[in-house]
Amino acid sequence: MVRATYTPLLARLGTGGTIFLAVLIAAAIAVPILNQAVPVTSAFHVPTYLVSLFGKYLCFALLALSVDLIWGYCGILSLGHGAFFALGGYAMGMHLMREIGDRGVYGNPVLPDFMVFLDWAELPWYWYGFDNFAFAILMVALVPGTLAFVFGWLAFRSRVTGVYFSIMTQAMTFALLLAFFRNDMGFGGNNGLTDFKDVLGFDLQASGTRVGLYVASAIALGFGFLLSRYLVTSRLGRVLVAVRDAESRTRFLGYRVEYYKLFVFVLSAVLAGIAGALYVPQVGIINPGEFSPANSIEIVIWVAVGGRGTLYGAVLGAILVNYAKSYFTGALPDLWLFVLGGLFIFVTIFMPKGVVGAVTALKDKVKPVAPRPATQGASSG
Amino acid sequence: MAEVAHKVEAPEAIVADAPTPGDTLLYLESVTVSFDGFKALNDLNLYAQARRMEAVIGPNGAGKTTMMDVISGKTRPDQGRVIFRGDIDLTKLDEAAIANLGIGRKFQKPTVFENHTVFDNLELALKGDRGVFHAVFKRLDADERARIEEVLGIISLTEEAYRRAGDLSHGQKQWLEIGMLLMQDPELLMVDEPVAGMTDAETEQTADLLRAIAETHSVLVVEHDMDFVRALDSRVTVLHEGSVIAQGSLDSVQNDERVIEIYLGR
Repeated sequence: MVRATYTPLLARLGTGGTIFLAVLIAAAIAVPILNQAVPVTSAFHVPTYLVSLFGKYLCFALLALSVDLIWGYCGILSLGHGAFFALGGYAMGMHLMREIGDRGVYGNPVLPDFMVFLDWAELPWYWYGFDNFAFAILMVALVPGTLAFVFGWLAFRSRVTGVYFSIMTQAMTFALLLAFFRNDMGFGGNNGLTDFKDVLGFDLQASGTRVGLYVASAIALGFGFLLSRYLVTSRLGRVLVAVRDAESRTRFLGYRVEYYKLFVFVLSAVLAGIAGALYVPQVGIINPGEFSPANSIEIVIWVAVGGRGTLYGAVLGAILVNYAKSYFTGALPDLWLFVLGGLFIFVTIFMPKGVVGAVTALKDKVKPVAPRPATQGASSG
Repeated sequence: MAEVAHKVEAPEAIVADAPTPGDTLLYLESVTVSFDGFKALNDLNLYAQARRMEAVIGPNGAGKTTMMDVISGKTRPDQGRVIFRGDIDLTKLDEAAIANLGIGRKFQKPTVFENHTVFDNLELALKGDRGVFHAVFKRLDADERARIEEVLGIISLTEEAYRRAGDLSHGQKQWLEIGMLLMQDPELLMVDEPVAGMTDAETEQTADLLRAIAETHSVLVVEHDMDFVRALDSRVTVLHEGSVIAQGSLDSVQNDERVIEIYLGR
């Protein structure tokens, strides 16, 4: 009678997860070929600017995934996840600034242009090491992770939950926005970091580099998805859902809820930081605008539109909304924020489980399915 | 221990039945909890013995649930001590630490993880390491699986093992929560109104189940249903306005004048 609770790794992906991974792998292979191997004159040629646009979507998808991991599975609604994304982006941006070397406008071999402009004599200590790529990559994970650890430790230990937690995360990203706007912070102030030349010796304007960054983003998203999927189908994932649905009950079973929340919050922040680091070289700039509270709210809308608690729903939502954004900001730029707000209200009222939930409900209507297998419990919320 | 006993006001029966240090699992010593001046618990003294059932009754607002909140770490008392196994003061610990010491709790309103299957609910309650990293890699072994199946049988939910817990009937949820207590295998089980919303047949089965559990565990039951308390056949403690006013067999407390006054007098 009692069936196995644990299924082989591949089956842990579930149908939706398998389809998602297949599509991602296909896109990661097809787009580079259509850009590099298909002649420009062909109708199937994908121009390089589109490759970077898709790459940007993949970074947003990873960011949405990181938010779904905490919100969809553990009920932690972070309205400040843009901050972790931006910090990862700044860490990468600092490396790219150091890579410019003496090719800047002022030709200073050590100081980035904005520092020369501000008459700074030497590099601030916190810029040390960023000329090393490996160090910068380490910081991409370490800086957002450390902030999430300290912030999460203070909040979760004091049992700050729900809307209070969300407001605190908004305050956190807003504080960082103000701090990074200041010129004497040493991060380029209002203008941020830009004019990047190359990464690891590859010219950032070259189509080959663009394709490489696109593929790297797809790989990061794929591994981020696999890791998250593994976690949510493990016992840890079941504890997270238990915390989401009945936090105090979970405590009375002996689970230290704050440790579980902290673990998943830090992991989520690191994923967001990696997404930011891949985003920056593809768009060519990072500035304090990425810390704006509205940005973080937008991420939550992506996840809500796609359907939270499924991981691939968050990816779908990020791509759908950003595609709509690309379209609207081109066609009807004044309307975009109204469309976004309207979309959020529509989804909340009519599709509380997002696009994925609506599709699942439709499928169930067409043919009533057998009771779901045991391991699917985590994705049903 | 004598000191504990003499602080309990009234009936000599308590002193006669006073615990010896060896078999007292838990005692509450002059515990007071007030909410905005209202004393939910007022100098409460109570003890639970190892491998015995203890029923606590009392009118609404007598402090029964607050007492469980204090023992399980949800509420910190303003005064008093709660001593477990003779030397551990529970008032210094949080919920998770107390649960891991071996105190399990079933809530008045059945609280199960609705989005998990019955099986997963039991798995989460399974006694063992509660660490984050342990949970990442943990897989059930054959013994643990067998234990879950055994408990599924005890609580008559074998057929429902892979149903969503939220889809169970009220009575089944109550049983699932008792099953989760069994998985935790605590030394002390605290059970808050376990038969609320159950049919007579289910109530009878629940009493049988709790009596069986009490052979190897300490069980503290809070209940309103007198028929059920009679079926438990245990010592009864009557709470009123946050203090113990009577203790003994159900018949003796039902004949106690103060108890009659509280239940019928007003």
